[in-house]
Amino acid sequence: MKALLNTDVQAIPAVRSSWRVWGGLLAAVAVWAAAYQANGPLWQWAIYDMSGFASDNRLGSALEFFFFDTVKILLLLAGIIFAVTVLRSFMSVERTRALLGGRREGVGNVAAAGLGVVTPFCSCSAVPGFIGFVAAGVPLGITMSFLIASPMVNEVAIVLLYGLFGWQVAAIYVTAGLVVAVVAGWVIGRLRLERWIESFVFETTLRGQPVDPSQGLGWVDRFAIAREEVRTIISKIWPYLLAGIGIGAAIHGWVPEGFFVKYAGPNNALAVPVAVGLGIPLYSNAAGILPLVEALHAKGLAIGTVLAFMMSVVALSVPELVLLRRVLKPRLLAVFVGVVGTGILAVGFLFNLIL
Amino acid sequence: MKIKVLGAGCANCQALEKRTAEAVTLLGLQAEIEKVTDYGDIASYGVMSTPALVVDEKVVVSGRVPKVAELQSLLVGAGT
Repeated sequence: MKALLNTDVQAIPAVRSSWRVWGGLLAAVAVWAAAYQANGPLWQWAIYDMSGFASDNRLGSALEFFFFDTVKILLLLAGIIFAVTVLRSFMSVERTRALLGGRREGVGNVAAAGLGVVTPFCSCSAVPGFIGFVAAGVPLGITMSFLIASPMVNEVAIVLLYGLFGWQVAAIYVTAGLVVAVVAGWVIGRLRLERWIESFVFETTLRGQPVDPSQGLGWVDRFAIAREEVRTIISKIWPYLLAGIGIGAAIHGWVPEGFFVKYAGPNNALAVPVAVGLGIPLYSNAAGILPLVEALHAKGLAIGTVLAFMMSVVALSVPELVLLRRVLKPRLLAVFVGVVGTGILAVGFLFNLIL
Repeated sequence: MKIKVLGAGCANCQALEKRTAEAVTLLGLQAEIEKVTDYGDIASYGVMSTPALVVDEKVVVSGRVPKVAELQSLLVGAGT
């Protein structure tokens, strides 16, 4: 097959390379789907049939849980990060800023939160992004809606929630995250706190023609960027993921049912604030913590608490706050933490109450 | 030729600096590579996603880390 392709199509290099790219993508999708399907039966067979564990053996079920979940989450991460990155490569912060310029508050906050989800934006660019928005005249509150939604509704969090808790929880998370971003940004805008932005932001003159990174990319480039993104993210988070799933597997096997209902069930009002507080310093470990939290949930930790914890981990992280401090004076930073934190608490309490 | 790598020390910024240095060496260019880490300076180039590459005060890359080969052609293009 390969030889045939090489000889037949060599005359037209463009056609050959597009064959290779789309063929490669198709093959990758097929392998991915087969692996995803085979994952469950494979570990059933390896643990119970091959290694001879009895079906009620704790170690056996913990091992099965560990291997099954690890492979499932890694596959989901790879697939979804790839797809999301390809889609996002059509957007750019530059285009988002142009779309947000001159928007009114309210509508602007909704647009900013939505664009925060689809725009490729690394939180390491939070400061130049903030300056670029504000110096170009995007209102503070609208900028904030963007900056809150962008890390909160991120693909790693969604994949983990979907893989561990199912699509309903992931959907609730996305919706609640967007609402928090819209409302928190709108509140910050209404408070008229522009005077608490560091003054150098307004003194920055934007010279030069900005380069739009989404321009001039072909499919080959988009796939290459997406592959690179998958590699970067997974190589960064896999140790935490393995540790988290490992501890989670142990909890599944050995912690008694309903253990956490007593301490962190829906009736414990303190659980949500404690979860939010714990989430703030835990940023880089989100991938490791969620599998752990899933195990705690299985033993009685309430779902609203889980959601609030996840939001706090990604939206109120210490590294991001340190970055934002460069452009926000301490008071505005405190307002930011207060408003976003209140929103997250509300989400936690609400879903503990209704679910 | 004056080359500036814009970015406040994230992993991608270091990767871009390394690849740019590699591209410069491969091309045998006489170029000075400077790191710009001050946020005000970065933003003043109109750059909103780091890392970015500035050649002779003109932004040529923003928000991604191109391969060495692409950087080579960007540098050649910018030099002429």
